[in-house]
Amino acid sequence: MFDIDLWREIFQSINKNRTRSLLSGFTVAFAILLFVILFGIANGLKNTFAEAFVDDAANSIFINAGMTTKAYKGLQSGRRIQLKNEDQNFIEDEYGNKVQYITSRIYKNVNASFRNEKNSYNLRAVNPDHQFLEKTMIRDGRYINQLDIDNKSKVVVIGRLVEEDLFLKTTALGKYINLSGIPYKVVGIFTDDGGDNEERMIYMPVSTAQQIYGNNDYIDQINLGYNPELDYDQAINFGRQLENKLKERFTVSPKDQRAIRVRNMAEGTKQVGMMTFGLTVIIIVIGFGTLIAGVVGISNIMIFIVKERTKEIGIRKALGASPRSIVSIILIESILITAIAGYVGLLIGVGVLEFVGPILEPYFIKDPGVSTSLVVSATITLIIAGSIAGYLPAKKASKIKPIVALRND
Amino acid sequence: MLTIKKLHKSYPIGDSSLHVLKGIDLQVEEGEMVAIMGSSGSGKSTLLNIIGMLDEADEGEYILDGVPIKNLTEKKAAIYRNKFLGFIFQSFNLISYKNALENVALPLYYQGQKRKDRLEKALFHLEKVGLKEWAHHLPNELSGGQKQRVAIARALAANPKLLLADEPTGALDTKTSHEIMDFIQSLNDEGKTILMVTHEEDIASMCKRIVRLKDGVIMEDTFVEQVRASQYV
Repeated sequence: MFDIDLWREIFQSINKNRTRSLLSGFTVAFAILLFVILFGIANGLKNTFAEAFVDDAANSIFINAGMTTKAYKGLQSGRRIQLKNEDQNFIEDEYGNKVQYITSRIYKNVNASFRNEKNSYNLRAVNPDHQFLEKTMIRDGRYINQLDIDNKSKVVVIGRLVEEDLFLKTTALGKYINLSGIPYKVVGIFTDDGGDNEERMIYMPVSTAQQIYGNNDYIDQINLGYNPELDYDQAINFGRQLENKLKERFTVSPKDQRAIRVRNMAEGTKQVGMMTFGLTVIIIVIGFGTLIAGVVGISNIMIFIVKERTKEIGIRKALGASPRSIVSIILIESILITAIAGYVGLLIGVGVLEFVGPILEPYFIKDPGVSTSLVVSATITLIIAGSIAGYLPAKKASKIKPIVALRND
Repeated sequence: MLTIKKLHKSYPIGDSSLHVLKGIDLQVEEGEMVAIMGSSGSGKSTLLNIIGMLDEADEGEYILDGVPIKNLTEKKAAIYRNKFLGFIFQSFNLISYKNALENVALPLYYQGQKRKDRLEKALFHLEKVGLKEWAHHLPNELSGGQKQRVAIARALAANPKLLLADEPTGALDTKTSHEIMDFIQSLNDEGKTILMVTHEEDIASMCKRIVRLKDGVIMEDTFVEQVRASQYV
């Protein structure tokens, strides 16, 4: 029902009282402005935390081994614990349903060369699952696959910057790269959000590395991703269980902090999650508080408007205005003021965030901003708020008796 | 045209109630021009408000153009007011931020007419009251007499069956009053039924019938020789 005349009436009324409309809009605009800025800053804080974890999957658990520091069950301290392939198999067998991805890692430093270009790089020998745990994005070719592991193939997947360094402007895919004297075929080039260091990495099948560097089945680290269906508490529990089980397996004292180290991202993620949740709740409470204050302000002014227009409404009724048309006029005026003012506040807020965003970066606030969905829901909230603000005054207006309004006084 | 039988109305005042109309019987035919007179507190305005459906009687019958007016919902009352009645007030009651033309067009807006038709008709009625050139002026740019003429044009716009005037000359000087009365008389000559509340004898004498109220009852109801306002103009 689009009634152009109704809108004409409303704009005439708003226009007649510009100051009044502006003032009543100001409260709402300010409330929304505040809300947007607070929300944007909270988002900025969240972004900062999220970035700290962006490199690795949030459900990662890292297992390292070292020297024992406590004597236990007749074994001396200072014993070296070495992780092997069988340990990875053990975890898979024992906790298969709780593990989404699992990979071994062997760290090496290699001198790589292609034709005349040389450089030294970090090498990680891994299983295929590593791609998902490290969030490696393949740009060309493919990642290490199971066939490479089984055949101990001499293949590597290199980072974008390795290609840039060594292969200059040509593609590395399918060419042979020389690592400490042994040629490997480049089967893939990857990118990574983790930064330049991650993109200067070379990945190799774990079995190949084991054969070439020592001909053993040693691994430096086991990296696994727990089943994402586990909630944080279950995941933390799983990490502890894993730690105890491994300590038992290697006959290490349960109190030994060095021999078996299990680092569970769930613990950090949980804390960050709780913090951002708390932050969001606070912001929403503050935001709604200011919005309610704005709505009350509008409502107050609308009541005043109705009071001021009592006579006019009486005249309209005497001329045949239905209660509904009176309600529409007041209600739509209120919604209109709220929506427009709110939108102005929203735009200013977004503008301010855009403007001060870069300045705030040193204060752990990165890319403060509000999402489109928030903008949309804020608009809907504003319209609802406007109706709430206008409803009581409109109802009051429709109940005005023309005889009372028209009394000569 | 209008039949009122045994009409009662009282207003609560604190714990007691004030009996304002104590059984009014009135019959008005089409084309009449009736003055309702009485001192203040006689109930004349209350009677007019009930006739104007701005107020409702406690008891009694009120039939307007064959339609019994009883227990109206607000919506129904709004429709009847718009269809049957045109109001002229002492204080004009124009909407201050609308120009003369828009004021006159307002009842037509509530009839749901198209803007173009409305403005055309409103201009026609403004021309009739001699204010065509003032169509785009705001009320505060008009004199008292002009304002009342705009109000009359507005009352006529919806082509009502009955014109109700509450002290239409109460806020005007004698000369302007006579001009307005002359115009109202000419409307009556054209066949409009007019009901007017006044407490001025000379204004009442310009009607064709005078109904005198006192303490809520009709004391006197006489047909009089109409004094033409045109002789004073």
